[in-house]
Amino acid sequence: MSEAAAASPELGEPLMELRDVRKVYGMGDSEVAALAGVNLTIQPGELLAVMGPSGSGKSTCMNLLGCLDTPSSGSYLFRGVDVGSLSFDQLALLRRHYLGFVFQGFNLLARTTALENVELPLIYRGIARKERHRRAMRALRDVGLDGREGHTPAELSGGQQQRVAIARAIVTEPSLLLADEPTGNLDSARSIEIMQLIVQLNRTRGITVVIVTHERDIAAFARRRLTFCDGLVERDERGEGIG
Amino acid sequence: MFVSWHMIGNTLLMALREIRRNKLRSGLTTLGIVIGVAAVIALVTLGEGATARVTSDISKMGVNMLTIVPGGQRRGPTQLDAAPLSLDDVRAIEREIRSVAAAAPTASRGVLAVYANKSWNTVATGTTNAYFSVRAVKLAAGRMFSDVELSGGLPVCAIGATVQRELFGHQDPLGASVRLGRLSCLIIGVLESKGQSTFGNDQDDYILLPLSAFQRRIAGSSDVSAIAVSAASDAETTKTKAQLTALMRERRRISEGQADDFAVHDTREIVQTLQSVTGVLTALLGAVAAVSLLVGGIGIMNIMLVSVTERTREIGIRLAIGARGREVLLQFLVESVVLCVFGGLLGMVLGLAGSYVAGQFLRLPFVFLPQVVVISVAFSFVVGVAFGLFPALKASRMNPIEALRHE
Repeated sequence: MSEAAAASPELGEPLMELRDVRKVYGMGDSEVAALAGVNLTIQPGELLAVMGPSGSGKSTCMNLLGCLDTPSSGSYLFRGVDVGSLSFDQLALLRRHYLGFVFQGFNLLARTTALENVELPLIYRGIARKERHRRAMRALRDVGLDGREGHTPAELSGGQQQRVAIARAIVTEPSLLLADEPTGNLDSARSIEIMQLIVQLNRTRGITVVIVTHERDIAAFARRRLTFCDGLVERDERGEGIG
Repeated sequence: MFVSWHMIGNTLLMALREIRRNKLRSGLTTLGIVIGVAAVIALVTLGEGATARVTSDISKMGVNMLTIVPGGQRRGPTQLDAAPLSLDDVRAIEREIRSVAAAAPTASRGVLAVYANKSWNTVATGTTNAYFSVRAVKLAAGRMFSDVELSGGLPVCAIGATVQRELFGHQDPLGASVRLGRLSCLIIGVLESKGQSTFGNDQDDYILLPLSAFQRRIAGSSDVSAIAVSAASDAETTKTKAQLTALMRERRRISEGQADDFAVHDTREIVQTLQSVTGVLTALLGAVAAVSLLVGGIGIMNIMLVSVTERTREIGIRLAIGARGREVLLQFLVESVVLCVFGGLLGMVLGLAGSYVAGQFLRLPFVFLPQVVVISVAFSFVVGVAFGLFPALKASRMNPIEALRHE
């Protein structure tokens, strides 16, 4: 949580470390390796874009980084913890306390107000009602949605829905924000706004961000860009990043 | 601990939000439980009302009453020639058995009662004043028979409320003469109404005469068709019945080993038989209604399964956000239990209201049974858990990645 934000990106332990990670689907002859031995280190505070054609293994990598899945072999250390050794419920607790997700399809609960959507992760954290309400309102303000807390997803535009999703992801002050094609359903003007918001959250709060995208101009916002191909990291570039 | 109280509170909150969000679906889902619980409660309550009605009706027939009739316990052609009873039997009973409070001989025959230009088919019963105490009959007006009237067989009578209504309307019948066949009879009393019996026959449609007058002027024989006996106390009824049997066997010279050619009926036995009959009926109807509750439960499971599939994406979101399997399980379980208990409470209200209204039409008393209410609400809770468990387990075992990808 906030320790991650306080830590300097250059020093100390990496936030995440993949060591020769393989992920294999299917059995026997029909075995397919989605990840074929990936080595990767991500420091706290990084803003990382993951690119690659479909089937390159970027989504599988995203699921592993997000602790939604465990590697078939190799090890994935999250804050020094070997994720592969954790149970289904322990993975859930890890996600609850350290991770925030933003999806392409927004994935908000339908017929549920923006405020209730943002409160959801706090409910699982056992935060009391008043505090939950206060934090959710602040997160909505941080993404520029004051006054919209009573609206349901159907009453909000795509850009606004994605802002609600971002508010839901950051309301728990996670160490890592994972965004899977966050602008995939938005027009270019809305896409830039969302990316600027994500970059701003990364800079001001020190939240580590991993964005999966197939669009170059979206990846251009990131200071580090990984390109996957055939289950391996093909390129690992560092640059300035815009926005 | 499996889950904290805090989590249960929050899950309850989420379940209520979900139910409120889908009012129509929730309402339709719970309808089965509503109907099931309402049926159980209504039928059991009405059944209890019927039992109470039967009990109170039979106690109206007389207090601690035993009835002796000629003929055996089992009906058959051989019993038809059993000797009739007589007034001497009545005197012997009163003399010999100490636990007998009163014994009334009765003999009845259908007659046409005529007054002025009106006539009414009714029953004339010859008896003594003991009839009033044994059969718990009260006078609404007038007096009982005098000793002279009883011994002399004078043509006087007391009429039932129905006879009064049919022949006299609002007129005062006391002092008037009613004609029974060829006998003109002076009305000296009017009997208090007892209303309809459980079996629907009118308990006020008869005329009482002194036994001697009935025997001589209407029946033309000195036969007594039944003797109604009341025991001094409820506890002594069984003992009295045994003594009556022994005395009657002796008087009718029945040797040992031979079957009785008379029968002694105990009102209490009739009450018990009827109560057991209504009890069995209530249990049967309750069981049928319980089956409908089961069907309601299956309906809940059906909808919950559809709901789990429909909300796969939501489950994926919850899992991604950090819900554990047990929390997803609890959420769906709580939803199903809340629906069922809500349906149970609604059904309870409908069932009680329904049985109250039906009771008015069927003229049954409203008997409120708190245990039925507790049981049916507890049962709907159990139905909620039992039929919600499978869908909830299904939800809790979803893979978050696949759930999120679900369209």
